[in-house]
Order: sequence, then structure tokens, then C-alpha cells
Amino acid sequence: MLGRFTLTTAILLALTATGTRADAIRIGVNEPLTGPFAASGTYVVNGAKIAADEINAKGGVLGKKIELVIEDNKSNPTEAAAVAEKLITSDKTPVMMGAWGSSLTLAVMPKLADYETPMLVETSSSGKITTSGNPYVFRISPPSSLEAETFAPMIGRLGLKKVDFLVLNNDFGRGAATDFGRMLKDKGVAVGLVETMDQGAQDMSAQLAKLKASDADTIMITSSVDQLVLLFKQMAALGLKKRVITTGGSQNPDQIIAQAGAAADGTMHLTTFLPWSPDKTPDPKATEAFIAAWKKRGFDFAGVTESFRGYDGIRAIAHAIEKAGSADPAAITKAFWSVDFVGLNGPIRFAKAGPAGKESGQSKPDVYIIEIKDGKVIVPAL
Amino acid sequence: MNELIQHLVNALILGGTYALLGIGLTLIFGIMNVVNFTHGALYTVGAYVMYLAVAALGLNFFLALPVAILGGLLLGAAIELLLLRPFRGSDIDTTMLVMIGAGIILQSGTLWTFGGVAKAIPSPFPEAPLQIGPVSVSWLRLFVLGAALTLIALTYALINRTKLGLAMRAAFQDSDTAALMGVDVRRIYTATFALGSSLAAAAGALLGPVYVVFPQMGGLAELKAFAIVILGGLGNVTGAAIGGFILALAEELGAGYVSSGYRDAMGFLIIIAVLLCRPTGLFAKAERIG
Repeated sequence: MLGRFTLTTAILLALTATGTRADAIRIGVNEPLTGPFAASGTYVVNGAKIAADEINAKGGVLGKKIELVIEDNKSNPTEAAAVAEKLITSDKTPVMMGAWGSSLTLAVMPKLADYETPMLVETSSSGKITTSGNPYVFRISPPSSLEAETFAPMIGRLGLKKVDFLVLNNDFGRGAATDFGRMLKDKGVAVGLVETMDQGAQDMSAQLAKLKASDADTIMITSSVDQLVLLFKQMAALGLKKRVITTGGSQNPDQIIAQAGAAADGTMHLTTFLPWSPDKTPDPKATEAFIAAWKKRGFDFAGVTESFRGYDGIRAIAHAIEKAGSADPAAITKAFWSVDFVGLNGPIRFAKAGPAGKESGQSKPDVYIIEIKDGKVIVPAL
Repeated sequence: MNELIQHLVNALILGGTYALLGIGLTLIFGIMNVVNFTHGALYTVGAYVMYLAVAALGLNFFLALPVAILGGLLLGAAIELLLLRPFRGSDIDTTMLVMIGAGIILQSGTLWTFGGVAKAIPSPFPEAPLQIGPVSVSWLRLFVLGAALTLIALTYALINRTKLGLAMRAAFQDSDTAALMGVDVRRIYTATFALGSSLAAAAGALLGPVYVVFPQMGGLAELKAFAIVILGGLGNVTGAAIGGFILALAEELGAGYVSSGYRDAMGFLIIIAVLLCRPTGLFAKAERIG
């Protein structure tokens, strides 16, 4: 009796499952939900869900609902590539968003070429992503060269003389050290030490002791929020007091304030979103609506500087599917080039980047500098 | 020079918790002949119990520490009773597989319960460091070193000065003879595993507030514990204690003067060198512990 019941249920469930598969357009989401980047990846996924619900509430895309297929890449490049393969071949997602970190995204890219499936890159900042000739990559986050370019005019007013770097020992960190280092040298600023740290490293006191002994006036740090919290605490413990500027846009300043406390005071951060003053963003109404939806779901405000990318990423993908007129990977790849709307941090439209004939798409978002002062985020006049 | 002193102080502080991790693991291997693959997970559990007690229940920081250690002790005893006792007498491969499985269950369990986002444990110590000449040390880290050294001393006293310790040493030398002399070897095994586990949990509870707490934090800690045990000689408690400090020193100086990107590789390079020259570890000596 029980056996028959479960069998019937299983068949019913299977029917329902295939039912949704036929009606909905599936979008693959490949993010780190565990491992060192778990906090950031989870925020991005939550932002993506808000976008999907909003789009579905308005009737979906091409008359169909969109359905996110979310997979955890465990902050591990090998897993990220496996997740992409699974999303494309088993879940049949015609387009994906991912994979947060540069090394994760770079690991996924060969799969995109193999299966001719496009991916929207929402967070990664290594230059290599859009310059290695992969025509299935469309990026809405700034490469570190663009961050460096936007930062260049602020150097004089900050009075930088000599800069040391402390970066993640991966494509994200080393890419930032190279791009910022080049820009600083062009501007006549000396570049001193380039120290690296592992992405899972918890104790950076050796690197910090070395940086403390150096004669540079500023340390530029490239990492994500969890490690930044540790770094600021360990800097305070070592009595290291130098100007700190972080890059990469994954700093979640409010989480830093909450977890690092006074140790984070005076630190400056290059960020791509200004949720603290919605009126200064390109689309204040959309920013306010997004923040309201975020709060309504009970998420921590600290996450919005990360989650807005997931939100904009899914919106950009929906635009591309709409323009493609069908949920076909080739049509969506082509349609990405005609996406044009105002995202939460500037217009999202893709310009060609990389070797001719195999160009990747790169959008040009706004980059801002913010400072943590007395436990508050301020936008310094520079 | 100032930089060197700072590196040495950093290494001393890190070494204390490394030693705790190593001693817990080497005790279990030495007495029970069990390779404990749940050691890293117990370290993680210790940190999460500390987090629960301090951040969620609002318990006093100094009271939360014994709670976390007790948590590790009880969980260790449970693992021994449920998973190791039934397999007593089977070969080392079987227990190793059981332990690997238990480790995976514990790690996934913490992930399932607490989520993947790292948690911070607030500490009652001031943010400003203690400044001695050119060297700065945070109060929290000083406390961690003090607590680690105290726990190491207590473990030594337990092994060398108590009846339980005498029985443990007897079981280590020859469990059959010890049983004939009236030692309840099964009880000794449970006590040993619980003790080793509580030391791992203590290390996690001490380092949790220094760093952040997340489900995979035990992975690297376990790897380091194995390295320390091999460095000091399997089953050698003193060796594990010294090995912990050597590993911390190698990491700190390697990161400071060779390459910070290879910090975690430095310790393992030393271990390869030690194994090439002294395959039984630096301090392997006669068949005894303590």
C-alpha cells in the first residue's frame, strides 16, 4: 500500500518537474555558496532571486517564467568548471551567470566555448577574462584596469607617495596589483612590496609585519570581505597605522564595520555601488526599490554592495533573452550585444574587448571611493 | 631587527594553538592506533560551540571556553563509543575509513546547521594592542597563548601525575599486559579519545575569536595537525608540542623572508626535509608517551 502510494507520488512529482521544465526559461547560476567566498556568493544569489521574482511578477520573459538553477561552486575553480558543465548539459540552461571570483570564472570559460553557451560575469575583475578571446563572456563588473583608471585622478589629492600591495594569490589579486601598479608608476608614485596571501588564509601577521616595516605610506589591498575583516583586526593588533585602500568591489563596508569595528576606521574602499546615498546612483528609484526588496526579505543591509550585481546580472540576462526572442544559446549570445538599460551602477551595454573576431563583451560601470569614518560610510570629496 | 622580533612573537603565539592541535592528535594515535580524521571537524565544532555560547547565548567569554572544551570532550566520547568501540580489533584501514566518514558528516553537519557564511566571535579584550618597544601583540592573542600553555601543562600533568595517566601510559606500552594488571583498557580508550578531542575543540574555541568561524576551517587545521605529529614523531606528546612551535616558526619566517604566497607550503617543506633525514620524526625515541 505504502509502496504504491510512494510510486504514484514519485510519478506525479516527476510530471510536475517536467511541467516546469517545459514552461520556464532556466538560467544557470554558478556561485560560491561554501568556502572562503561563501558570504559574497550567497549575497549575489539572493540579489539574483529578487530580480527573478520581480521579472516573473511582471509576467516573465517571452511570456514564460524564468527559473534560476542555482549551484554551489565551493569557491573552487575545478568545481566551478564542473558546475558549468552540469548546468549546460544536465539542466539545459541556455545562459548562465557566474562565477564570482576571477579564478572561478576563468576555469568556467573553456566550457562556455566547448558548449557555445554564453555567461554573464557579474563580479570578477581580472583583465584576462575579457582579453583572452572568449566570445561567450559578457561582463558587467569593472576589470581592475578600469578601477585603476577611475582611481587615477584621486592620487594627487590623497597625496600618495609610495604604495605597497597586499593581494590575494590568484588571478583577482595579482591582476589588481599589476593594473594598479602600472597606473601608479605612470603617475610617478613609487611601488614597493607586493605581498600575497592565500584565499583561505586566516593569519596574515607575517605579511603585515613586513608591511609595517616598509617605508610606504599606503597599502592597497585586494581581497573579499571575510579576509578584509581579519586583516583590519590583525593590523590593529600589530599597531600598523597606514593609509589603506581596498579594491575589487567585494568589501561589503557595513559587514566590515560590524565585524572589524574600530579597526576599520579610516580605511578607504573602491566600490561600484552607493547604496548609502541612493540619490547619487544612476537610477535612484531602482536603487531604492532594490534596497527595499532586500530589507523586506530580512537580509542584512551589508550585503547590498554585493547582491546588486546578482540583481543586475539577471536583469541583463532577461533583457538579452527578450531581445533574442527565444531561449537558444546562440541567439542569446548574439542578443547580449544589443542589451542597453540603466543598471544600479550605470548603463549596462557591452563594448567589444579582446582579440578581433572573438571579442568578449565588457560593460563600463561607475566606480566610487568611500571611506569608513567613526563607524559610518562616507563619500569623501576627491 | 624589529621586524624579526615581531615575526618571532607572532610565531610563539601561533605555535601554542598548533601544539594543542598536535598533542590531541598524537595522543589518540599513540594510545589507540587510530588515525583521527575527525580532528579538524572537532576543531570546527569547538569554534562553533564558542560562537553559540558567546554570540548567540550571550555567555561570558571566559565561561564559554570551558563549555566549548566540554562540548569537544562529550562529542569525542560519543564518537569513540558509537564508532570506534564496535570496530576495536579490526585493522587500521577500517577505522580510518570510519573516521573519514565521521569527519565528512561532522563538517557537513556544521555547514547544514550554521550555513557557509563566516561568523565572528566577539572578544572582551581591547582593540588596541599591547606595545612593548617595537613589538605589538593583541591582548586576545596573548590570552590565547596563555590558555594554550595552561592546557598543555594540564595535559602533561594528567598523563604524568594521575592514575588515569598512568593507565594511559601502560595501555600505550602494552594494552594486553595493562588489561591483565586490571586496567580497563576500553575505558582508557574512551578517555583518551575524549581528551584528544577536547584539545582539538579547545584550539578551535581559542582561535575562533582571533579569526572567523566557518565550516571548512578545520581542513587546513587538520592537515597542520598531521604535519606536526609527523614532525614530532608519532605518539610523542613532547615532540608534538615542540613540533607545533617549529611549524609556526617555519611558516612565519618563510612568509616574512621567502615568499608570503607559499606560507602554508613552508611547514610542509620542513616536514619533507625531516622525513628524509629522520624518517621517524625529530623526537622519536623509546616506546612511551609523556
